[in-house]
Amino acid sequence: MNTFKKSHKQLSIFVTAGYPNLESLPEQLSLLEAKGVDFVEVGIPFSDPMADGPTIQKTSDIALKNGMNLDRLFDQLREYNSNLPVVLMGYLNPVLAYGIDRFLSLCKEVGVSSVILPDMSLEIYERFYQTTFHEYEITPCFLITPSTSTERIATIAKTCRNSFVYLVSSNATTGENISFGQDQKKRFERIRSACGETPLFMGFGIDSKEKVDFVHEVCDGAIIGSAYLKALEHGNEITFLESLQTHEQA
Amino acid sequence: MKTAIQPDEMGFYGEFGGAFVPELLRPNIEELTRAFRTAQDDKSFQADYLSLLKDYVGRPTPLYYSSKLSDTHGCAIYLKREDLNHTGAHKINNTIGQILLAKSMGKQTIVAETGAGQHGVATATTCALMDMECIVFMGEVDMARQAPNVQRMEFLGAKVIPAKSGSRTLKDATNEAIRFWINHPDAYYLIGSVVGPHPYPEMVAYFQSIISEEIQSQLKEKTGSSSPTKVIACVGGGSNAAGAFYHFYENEDVELIAVEAAGKGLNSGESAATSILGTPGVLHGSMTLLMQDAYGQVTEPYSISAGLDYPGIGPLHAHSIQTGRTKSISVSDEQALSAAKNLSRNEGILPALESAHALAALEQIELSPSDIVVVNLSGRGDKDLSTYLQHSSK
Repeated sequence: MNTFKKSHKQLSIFVTAGYPNLESLPEQLSLLEAKGVDFVEVGIPFSDPMADGPTIQKTSDIALKNGMNLDRLFDQLREYNSNLPVVLMGYLNPVLAYGIDRFLSLCKEVGVSSVILPDMSLEIYERFYQTTFHEYEITPCFLITPSTSTERIATIAKTCRNSFVYLVSSNATTGENISFGQDQKKRFERIRSACGETPLFMGFGIDSKEKVDFVHEVCDGAIIGSAYLKALEHGNEITFLESLQTHEQA
Repeated sequence: MKTAIQPDEMGFYGEFGGAFVPELLRPNIEELTRAFRTAQDDKSFQADYLSLLKDYVGRPTPLYYSSKLSDTHGCAIYLKREDLNHTGAHKINNTIGQILLAKSMGKQTIVAETGAGQHGVATATTCALMDMECIVFMGEVDMARQAPNVQRMEFLGAKVIPAKSGSRTLKDATNEAIRFWINHPDAYYLIGSVVGPHPYPEMVAYFQSIISEEIQSQLKEKTGSSSPTKVIACVGGGSNAAGAFYHFYENEDVELIAVEAAGKGLNSGESAATSILGTPGVLHGSMTLLMQDAYGQVTEPYSISAGLDYPGIGPLHAHSIQTGRTKSISVSDEQALSAAKNLSRNEGILPALESAHALAALEQIELSPSDIVVVNLSGRGDKDLSTYLQHSSK
């Protein structure tokens, strides 16, 4: 059974583990669960986050300075006992240094729902890591972009059938400003149909209720990262979450 | 030109290499790979490349027999004078090749990263020549350390953007250049070393392979044999070494010696000897040997030479060192400074600090009278003069 649902207008929030403080994650998860967020993406901080814009880079730097690492992250997830699904997102190198077996076995143990490693392409996954992921029954999630071919989207959706497909809103790093129009809507609908039964979530540059509403018209859920982290930095995360909240809850 | 060492179809040299890139970069990488394969078979592309290397860069660079070094070490020692290229280093061999490629792809903007500024200067130069917009990312720390090269790039018409993230050095400039490429897929990303995602390591090695091609023919002319017994080159990312070793990889009689920067010593915590201190990991789109902590965070290397302090190493070098084909040794700051001073005083050649590491290796390896050694003198040392003066007054 898939944690991520089709056609339910879901909302996901990205937080960087260890930001703003080393121990922030459990209280963040608790807040996000209370505010009705459908799942949380937890960012594993990395020294060289090449696909991230300035906001996530900064939180990643602070988290590393705070002493966040995978041992502490798994401890915090183990202690936070709830039904809120968690997806881990990070770069491949910290996972490889930790040991892919050890990482995946802990993911399974603490109940992580999926893993997103943007620099692990589908081809790299199939050649090196798929067997291990299968062994621990973790299905990774892969990114696609508006320019990914329909054929490739279908292949990725098939691989992700027990997780979801992550549509990057535009060709940009995280936190870049984006706008949506009618022609994008058509394109996103084509993408959604190529995903078949696999849920499709959109992220990168989603920063307001207006954009969340648009995403909900064309995808199964929206993912907010940089905008939430900015609110968190300024201490208005609750106001920000409430500003998103009039969307219909599934 | 024929490629002597080839990665597999996914860009792997053994366990190293590949293209570990987010889906956002996939179209860029595919477009680049197609264009590179076309250029390799395109006679007019090759003719343009070679003609620019000859008439604009000043190739072939001399293979100079150093009688003094030969006397000192009791064998024949040749210096491959890459320092005599236009802009003063081997870097321009690659920028000419890649910007010609960018032109053939219809690109108008070149984005590059630079550490010490040598690749940045070569990029800015070639962009001026070929009427391309030029954007160079450079770590804020490096911009302060290498101010004359920043001024050179700007005078040549390039826009130099400070990389303010992370440790604000080469690795961060590379991250920024990659981010720029993600946000501007129409730009051409020009990597300066044999690092990054496939096809960059293969492509940069290919454009630098002119070095070993010339060594072969020049040595043949001078000695009757096209093969030296040893080739020595310094390695940061490893582009000059890849070029100097290229045509000799398949000739097991030629010993290949890669010289890394030991900095203040291998165990000092301030070193850049990646092949000794590194472990396998993924940075900037490829699997390679990497200086990192137990949790996979990339650590900042140190060397007195700004061109050798990269935390990774080209995947082909990682593979070649691991399989024993290339021997890696390391040279400290002090040894490199001393070698630079000796070459300046004895031969009247002021080498770059990077190249001085290769020269210093002569003191560390066993040489016999039958040896014919080629040291790749990758660049000239004008940029390092203030460092040399500072240290010789001590």
